[in-house]
Amino acid sequence: MRPGTEQELAEAVRDARGPLCISGGGTRQGLGNPVTGELLSVAGLSGITLYDPGALTLVAQAGTPLAEVEAALAAEGQMLPFEPMDHRAVLGTSGTPTAGGMVACNVSGPRRIQAGACRDSLIGIRFVNGGGEVVRNGGRVMKNVTGYDLVKLLAGSHGTLGVLTEVAFKVLPRPETCLALRIDGLDDAGAVAAMTVALGSPCEANGLVHLSGPAETWMRLEGFADALKVRAGKLAALLSARCGVSAEIIEAEPARAAFEGFRDLAWAAGQPGDLWRVSVAPSAGPALAARLRAAGAGEIVFDWGGGLVWALAPEGTDLRPALAGPGHATLVRAGPETRRALGAFQPEAPAIAAISQALRARFDPRGILNPGRMG
Amino acid sequence: MEMPTPDASILARKPQIVARLEAVLPPGAVISDPMETRAYECDGLTAYRCQPLAAVLPASTEEVAAVLRICHEERVPVVPRGSGTSLAGGAMPTADSVILGVARLNAVLETSYDDRYIRVQTGRTNLSVTGAVEADGFFYAPDPSSQLACAIAGNIGMNSGGAHCLKYGVTTNNLLGVTMVMMDGEVVELGGAHLDAAGYDLLGVVCGSEGQLGVVTEATLRILPRPEGARPIMLGFDSNEVAGACVADIIRAGVLPVAIEFMDRPCIRACEAFVHAGYPDVEALLIVEVEGSEEEIASQLARIRTIAERHSPSELRESESAEQSALIWKGRKAAFGAMGQINDYMCLDGTIPVSALPMVLRRIEELSAQYGLEVANVFHAGDGNMHPLILFNANVPGELEKCEALGADILCLCVEAGGCLTGEHGVGVEKRDLMSVQFSPVDLSAQMDVKDVFDPGWLLNPAKVFPLAASEARRAS
Ligand SMILES: Cc1cc2nc3c(=O)[nH]c(=O)nc-3n(C[C@H](O)[C@@H](O)[C@@H](O)COP(=O)(O)OP(=O)(O)OC[C@H]3O[C@@H](n4cnc5c(N)ncnc54)[C@H](O)[C@@H]3O)c2cc1C
Ligand SMILES: Cc1cc2nc3c(=O)[nH]c(=O)nc-3n(C[C@H](O)[C@H](O)[C@H](O)COP(=O)(O)OP(=O)(O)OC[C@H]3O[C@@H](n4cnc5c(N)ncnc54)[C@H](O)[C@@H]3O)c2cc1C
Repeated sequence: MRPGTEQELAEAVRDARGPLCISGGGTRQGLGNPVTGELLSVAGLSGITLYDPGALTLVAQAGTPLAEVEAALAAEGQMLPFEPMDHRAVLGTSGTPTAGGMVACNVSGPRRIQAGACRDSLIGIRFVNGGGEVVRNGGRVMKNVTGYDLVKLLAGSHGTLGVLTEVAFKVLPRPETCLALRIDGLDDAGAVAAMTVALGSPCEANGLVHLSGPAETWMRLEGFADALKVRAGKLAALLSARCGVSAEIIEAEPARAAFEGFRDLAWAAGQPGDLWRVSVAPSAGPALAARLRAAGAGEIVFDWGGGLVWALAPEGTDLRPALAGPGHATLVRAGPETRRALGAFQPEAPAIAAISQALRARFDPRGILNPGRMG
Repeated sequence: MEMPTPDASILARKPQIVARLEAVLPPGAVISDPMETRAYECDGLTAYRCQPLAAVLPASTEEVAAVLRICHEERVPVVPRGSGTSLAGGAMPTADSVILGVARLNAVLETSYDDRYIRVQTGRTNLSVTGAVEADGFFYAPDPSSQLACAIAGNIGMNSGGAHCLKYGVTTNNLLGVTMVMMDGEVVELGGAHLDAAGYDLLGVVCGSEGQLGVVTEATLRILPRPEGARPIMLGFDSNEVAGACVADIIRAGVLPVAIEFMDRPCIRACEAFVHAGYPDVEALLIVEVEGSEEEIASQLARIRTIAERHSPSELRESESAEQSALIWKGRKAAFGAMGQINDYMCLDGTIPVSALPMVLRRIEELSAQYGLEVANVFHAGDGNMHPLILFNANVPGELEKCEALGADILCLCVEAGGCLTGEHGVGVEKRDLMSVQFSPVDLSAQMDVKDVFDPGWLLNPAKVFPLAASEARRAS
């Protein structure tokens, strides 16, 4: 089914006889637990509904290709603050990522550490619940506490609470340019220590990535060109004084290309194995990485200053026990068998799982929206 | 203000209920004498008052859980309370309710500069969170004007904002985790020092739920390194339209100030008369503040000056010292106090798309003339959050009602312009009955479904947020 309007989509859900498998651009269908059901494509609901650059707001229908959103923003020198990754290379999918799919998965890249996640920039939604009713929450203004914040609830709900039909964002001015500091040869602990110094300083580093393979640690600064040079110099001096490391300053173009690669996990594209994504407190990152390796992980990359740990592992390996503390581990790429066996998402504490289950029962009483995707 | 009829059986059982609460709390933590519960009869919205059945002041998560278990068994409504500075009647009691105040829960539990968070008990005041980390060069970003008094508990309840949220976001963007006690006494942990939720973003739903989903006892908050410096520039304009256009141009130029504050002539005059900040007598005043190193501040201010000059400001004053900065902010910070000097006032809190600003200000002026009540405007221009202040005289019979009617008209205007009823103060009892202006029955129903899940008996913070008629069937079942 490929409805062309919100009304048609609502009718399609209302009249559905059985489970629906919701699809935007189909580029991230590998995400979450496998779902079987009749395909319901949101791609027919496409187009930017409203873009007010002076108010930093953009509203788009859920099926709008992300590329169209990003192009419209770029034309005005603006951007989505949370730097959503493109999953196509790493998941081996083709197609067109959509605004709704991105929101359904709360997709956020390296800048999340400073600018917040997709959910932080999302200011309004329209969605169709499991009963086929159209629900509105939030709006098009960036400060809004009118009623409960269902915007946050639906962001990252992977289509299990409602089918998004429209999404509204707070956007930001695109920085004039960027620079990066690169340090080679640090071990995990040394790299996280250096990134921590940067994040604890007023330098406003907003992309902090450490590759452990051949060890490279990258810190990105964004802003106006004149100010950046000064800031980069200060940060380099600070790193030298506090960590005894010397950083090379990387110019805008190569820095931009490097972070695009980090954002999209270029290092993992085409590599065999399952891909895990673990969110922990940054200081817990290095010890976690050691446990992940002991549990069989291969290549490991840190983002978010050490708090986001990506790991490749041989197919079917359960890395979750290595977490051993607060945080959560998501199986981002694996065959359906493994995803079924291990579960894509971190199991929740019983009280939380009961709340999640009760919310699903309320928003989708017939259990037809991506059933089982999140548990 | 219509409130549900108090449950007579609860009023009749007061002695037993108080005795049960006293049995689980230390001496002095249960207040039941009507002389003393008077302190809890209202919050910052003083026009509405009601004595609670009792008030309790637990000092630990376990004590909160014990209180809630008893109230759950006795079917007694509970009103969570931080410092009681809500301007929406969010912490207003009903006669059959127990006020659960978290003021004694005020400890710092843990500070991690490496992971940039602080974990506190929620009765701690907003400003004292920054106070706990500022010697080490950090701060907690959300800064409501009430920050000296208001508690993190209430900030989470209302998802409070502040002058600097254009850059740093509001409470929800700076909240990493909470410990929350459900109405039945079960303690749950949401989030923590790591980022983002494993499953649904329940933390995001709890933030701003006005004490209706659970009682938050501990919070993990994001702290940030303090910027090297900050400096404001003051811009005066002969028309609101031009000031509005200047705001839009600054934003479009890619400069992201930490704050853009807007004041109109009635507000400027009142502030000037009150604190003598040296404000010019203009139609509209902007205070734009930027942050960073000395070089960055200079270069950002230069850009802003260039943009502003294209709009021919009648006044352009860039701060050159800490004293001058303080003077520029002095009037703005005293705005509410200044109004209080002149008159009684009601502070509204709608948000509008910034581009609708000139139209909305013009319509407010028309409404003000129509009602014969003066309105002064002060607001966070970068994010469109308006605070029209309606001046009235509470001693003149009928003026409060007239003021409320004008307030409702202005808020409906905000919704009509594409905005919302409340940007940071919350719905509470004050805007409860206007919710159906902004939301359809289906929209409200989805929100009430969440309430049903967290608090099936509808005992937490009764008669707030949802129009009574809309929630009646759910409350009864
Ligand atoms: C387990 C998991 C982990 C992930 N991890 C990351 C990550 O670490 N980093 C990151 O950046 N991104 C992550 N994602 C996000 C995601 O994969 C996206 O890349 C996305 O933008 C897909 O766009 P699409 O339009 O192709 O969506 P699709 O591939 O069509 O759909 C993606 C998911 O969203 C649902 N969906 C699509 N459109 C809608 C809609 N309109 N309403 C409701 N639901 C809809 C689908 O049912 C499906 O579950 C993760 C997702 C999952 C499930
Ligand atoms: C002079 C003045 C200026 C103000 N300026 C601003 C401003 O700039 N920005 C802004 O956003 N607000 C502002 N406010 C409004 C008010 O200060 C905020 O709403 C504040 O967050 C309330 O905090 P509180 O601790 O006083 O909460 P209370 O008034 O006690 O309660 C507020 C809400 O939170 C709930 N709550 C309290 N404790 C808990 C808990 N433990 N668990 C769950 N829910 C709980 C209550 O039930 C209630 O619904 C201002 C108020 C005044 C009087």
